[in-house]
Formats: sequence, structure tokens, C-alpha cells
Amino acid sequence: MRHEPKQPIGWMDKPKFVKRLFQVFYVLAGLLVLAEIVLGRTTEHPHPYEGPFGFYAVYGFASFWFLVLLAKPMRKLLIRSEDYYEGGQDDD
Amino acid sequence: MTSLPPFVLFFIGAIAVGFTKGLPRKVLVLAIPLLGGLNLWFNVDPGVHMQFQFLGEYRLTPFRADKLSLLFGYLFHLAAFLGFLYALHLGDGDVDGSVAEDDPSGGDKAGLQHVSAMLYAGSALGAVFAGDFITLFVFWELLAVTSVFLIWARGSERSYATGFRYLIIHVVSGVLLLSGALMIAHRTGSIEFGHVGLEGSGLAGWILLIAFGIKAGFPLAHNWITDAYPESTPTGTVFLSAFTTKVAVYALARSYVGEDVLIYIGTAMTFFPIFYAVLENDLRRVLGYSMINQIGFMVAGIGIGTALAVNGAVAHAFADVIFKGLLFMSMGAVLTMTGRTKGTDLGGLYKTMPFTATLCVVGAMAISAFPLFSAFVTKSMIMVAAIEEHHYIVWLFMLFASAGVLEHAGIKIPFFSFFAHDSGIRAKEPPKNMLLAMSIGAVLCVLIGTFPSQFYTLLPMEMDYRPYDTTHVLVQLQLLCFGALGFIALMKTGVYPDEKRAVHIDAEVLYRKVGPWLVRSVGGTVARIDTYVRASVLEFVASVLHVTSKAHGPIGPLARSWPTGSMVLWVAILLVGYLLFYL
Repeated sequence: MRHEPKQPIGWMDKPKFVKRLFQVFYVLAGLLVLAEIVLGRTTEHPHPYEGPFGFYAVYGFASFWFLVLLAKPMRKLLIRSEDYYEGGQDDD
Repeated sequence: MTSLPPFVLFFIGAIAVGFTKGLPRKVLVLAIPLLGGLNLWFNVDPGVHMQFQFLGEYRLTPFRADKLSLLFGYLFHLAAFLGFLYALHLGDGDVDGSVAEDDPSGGDKAGLQHVSAMLYAGSALGAVFAGDFITLFVFWELLAVTSVFLIWARGSERSYATGFRYLIIHVVSGVLLLSGALMIAHRTGSIEFGHVGLEGSGLAGWILLIAFGIKAGFPLAHNWITDAYPESTPTGTVFLSAFTTKVAVYALARSYVGEDVLIYIGTAMTFFPIFYAVLENDLRRVLGYSMINQIGFMVAGIGIGTALAVNGAVAHAFADVIFKGLLFMSMGAVLTMTGRTKGTDLGGLYKTMPFTATLCVVGAMAISAFPLFSAFVTKSMIMVAAIEEHHYIVWLFMLFASAGVLEHAGIKIPFFSFFAHDSGIRAKEPPKNMLLAMSIGAVLCVLIGTFPSQFYTLLPMEMDYRPYDTTHVLVQLQLLCFGALGFIALMKTGVYPDEKRAVHIDAEVLYRKVGPWLVRSVGGTVARIDTYVRASVLEFVASVLHVTSKAHGPIGPLARSWPTGSMVLWVAILLVGYLLFYL
């Protein structure tokens, strides 16, 4: 029973559902920023660099971009064929 | 039973498992960790339970229990139970609903895998209850020797090579451990497995640290993890991920608490693997890098050395065995049912494997430290301890690494295997025992995260820490939610790198490529010089022989036999000469 001819449609195949999912996510992010305005940050262990409003939100978003933007040039430098260690692409 | 070290039950059990099949074997592999765990929980108190005199002045201590070793003891029994439950179907024949072209499970070697895993779990228990370095060394080496069969059971050419590399690296670690221990014994007159530290212990302290570091996956020594885990069987990797590295974390917590160097080594470990994890295509190798990242938090916690930090390190080790085990189980289920674990081959599996997908998402949320999940209450102890001890830059790196965890383990693993583009693979859910093991793991992830105070009572140090306050929950949700928004933005803009069928070279290139190349090229040069020198000497000897043979050979003037007539003639000539001279 490999690769059945009739493919089931999943909820992720429906663009409308995916769009709605993203919208829920954006609303959630907005609520979290709002929560910081309303509740403030009162931690027992404040970090000297976490001062500015929205620090964690910006740090989380920026971390993903930094990670990927640094990983891409790393790939150019480090990528080899799948059989590299088995003798492929010896000269690289 | 209390006075017997916990490993004994596992070692005797392994023999019994080796001689049984079918249902009796299934009962045995589940009963042994269960009975051992219950015995440890109810009957074993802190203290030295077994000790011998050794070589006159030394004392061997095969069974010493304290809160630290007991915590790891409970953990290893639990991990063994879940691992065997997950592997229970091995030997039952083909897995129903699998579309894998060849069997990746090593099902024909079920007995070998069970015996190996039982001895391996026993060795891990032997190591954490060892009270002296000699006992620790024995179990340290046994950890490697017993577990390598879980890699070889895969039966592929690649797994054989990986297994040998794994064995060599771990035996080297063991030899270093013994060397360091002997140096310490020579200096202090004691082989007790206790605090060593770097100050005042000289070279021995560093050698021992490197020995522990190799097993813990310190930078440059980390590739055995990313090499071995993806090449093992689906069930074997679950065992591998539970024991070896955690024994190393335990050893560091026992001997190197408060060593500053560990803070920086640990931070490096949290940082660099997440870049590889973004690029890596094999999802079990991604989890290997994730493992190094998580151990980095533990190592840093041990380095910070306060009660909160050390508790955080060992609590995170406990939580990691469960959530990382759950993630390895879910990827193992995918491998078992599809024969694949590469991001480029997978996608859309949620349609036919919804339970596995859900359980994988629970593991992903736990490792990403969502509130109500385990890492939220364990990793945060290390982060707070870093702030308390004014390691602000280290904290920023750790926070970045936490976002990285969400990227590779929280999103990439479930997204590329179960969601993303539909690969067209229509594999069924894995066997029920696999689903049950994963479900127990998932429930534990939530229980630890939801009721942390009960879990904290098991931790070795006294502390006062409450993980749940409004700010902690809020900032953690912000970090995760906006990190995920970053991922959505990266995908929508097409910046996120595609999965590629490739490898990305890492430190292992030194011994897998550069080393052999050096041996080949240096060896080749030496061979050429050797050939030239030999040829030259032979040529010289030949020419000497030729000249000698010319003079002294059968037809050489110096070897020619002269006729008697000419002799008489010469005698006559000499006599005539003599006569003339006389006259």
C-alpha cells in the first residue's frame, strides 16, 4: 500500500485554514505585547539588559533572523555532498 | 535487595533476556527496570551500601547513594522502562502499515538489542552509584562496549563504521579517566569519586575533565553524538540518548561544580550546534545537535555552581531524557514506518500519523520551554542562576540559544516531518507499544512542567525557587511567540534555507577526512622516499657485485686458472733471472 492514488486532503492543505491559523498567531502576539503594557514586568531577578519595553519579543524575533542569516553563509562554506565521508567530493 | 548495587539486577536480567524469546522476554525487559526502580524508590536510602578493601590501602565502593545519584538512578530506571516499552515489538516480524523498503529496526537482531540495552542501562546505573574512580572506570568503558551493538544492529555498512568510531572515542575517554584517576590516587592516596576541581589537582584534574567532556560532547569532541545517533536503530537511539551523556553530566556535577571554565564551555555548546541544526537535513542528526545544545545548559549550570544552578542542571538532565527521548521516539516511529528521517523526504505525515504528530508536538513544546511543560521549570533555574551570579553576557547567549531550540526542535522537527509539503507517504501509526511509550513520555513532560514543586523535592540541593510568576510566563511566551513569528516571516520571504541532501562538515572532518588524508599523503611520501632509497642502495650493491664479478668471476682475470706449462715457463724465467743476477 505505497503511495495510494487517492490523496487525502488534510487541514494544512486548505489555504484558508493556514491563513486563519496565522491570523490567530498575530492576534496572540499582539495580546502578549498588550499584556506587558498592562501588567508590566516585575521579576525577582531582573537582568540589566532586559530593560526596554518589548525586549523579549524583539530578542525572540531577531534571534531567528540572526540564526538563519548566519547559517546561510555557513552553509556555503561547509556544505558537501551526501557521500563526502564515503569518498565523494574529495577535493573540497 | 537493597544492599545489592542496582546494576546487578540489570546484568543478571540481561543473561535471562538472552535466553528467552516472545512473551517471557517482553515481560522480563519491562519487569527488570520496573522492579529495580521500585526497589530504589522505596528501599534505598542515602549512604554507602557496599565497600571493599582494594590493593591494601584503597577502598572500592560499588554502591554509594546520595540525593544526586538517587535522582539519576530513578531517571535511568524510568528511561530504561520507557525504552524497552518502545522497543517491545522488536522480533515480532514485519511492522503492520510500514512503507519502509528495508527494515531499519534491526528486528532480526531483537535479542541482541535487548541484551545490549539491558547491559547498557545497568552500566549507566553502575556508573552513577560508583563511589570510587576504579568502579566508575569499569562502568565508563562498559557503557561504550555494551551500547555499540545498538548502532551495529542497524546492519548497514555505515553503521559498522560509525560503531567503530564510537567505540574508539569512548575507549579513549575511558583511558583518560583511568589515567587521571591514577594520578589523583598517587597524589592524594584516595580513589574516592568526589569533588576534583581544577585548582590544586594539576594535570590530573584537566585529564579527568577531558575524559568527562568527551562523553558529555564538549566542543570538538561532540561529533560522536551526531555521528552515532542517526545511524543507530530507531529503538537503539532512544537508549543511546538517555544514558551516556547524562552519566557524563552526573560525573561533572560530582567532580567539577563551580569551575568557571564550564560556564564558557557550556555556553559554547548551547550556541554553535543550533546553526548546524538549521542546516541539517537528517532530523535525527538535528536532534543530535539539539542534544549538545541542551547539555550545554547543564554544563553551564554546573559551572555556575550555586545550589540553584546545580539543581537546574540535574533537573534539566532529568527533563531532557524524557522530552529528548520523546522526540527521538517520534522520529524513530517515523523511521520505522517510512524508512526515512530526512527533511527532504518527509512531510504531511500528520494525515496518517496524527497521534505520533501530536506526541511529537508535545515533546517539541517541552524542549522549547513553553509554560506548563518541563523545560520551563528546569532550564529557567540555570538562566536565573546566571543572572544572580552576574553572568549577563552568558545569559544573553543562553536566551539566544533558547530561541534556537524553538527553531530546530520546536518547529523544524515536527514541521518538516509531519507538516510542510505533502511527501505523499501514507504510513500508518507505529505499533501500540511505541505510542504508549511516547504517551507516557508526553504525560511526564506535562506533569513535571505543571507540578514542579513535587519534582523539586528530588533535587540534591536546598533552594527556594518558584518558576511560575506572571513576568516569567509572559516573557517566555513573548520570546517563543515572536520567535515563531520570525520563522513565519522567514518562510514567507523565502529566506529560510531549503533542506538539502548534503552533509555540513564539522569537527569530525579532522578524524574522518583530514586524518586519513594526512596518513595517506605523509605515508605516500615516506613510501616514495623508501622506494627510491631502496632502489639506489640495490643499484649500488648491484654495481659493486658487477665489478667484483668482472674481476673475480669465472671468466675474470683474477679467477682464471693458468696452465702448468706457463707456470714452468715462469719458474724457468725466474731461475734464469736469478742465475743472471747471481753471476
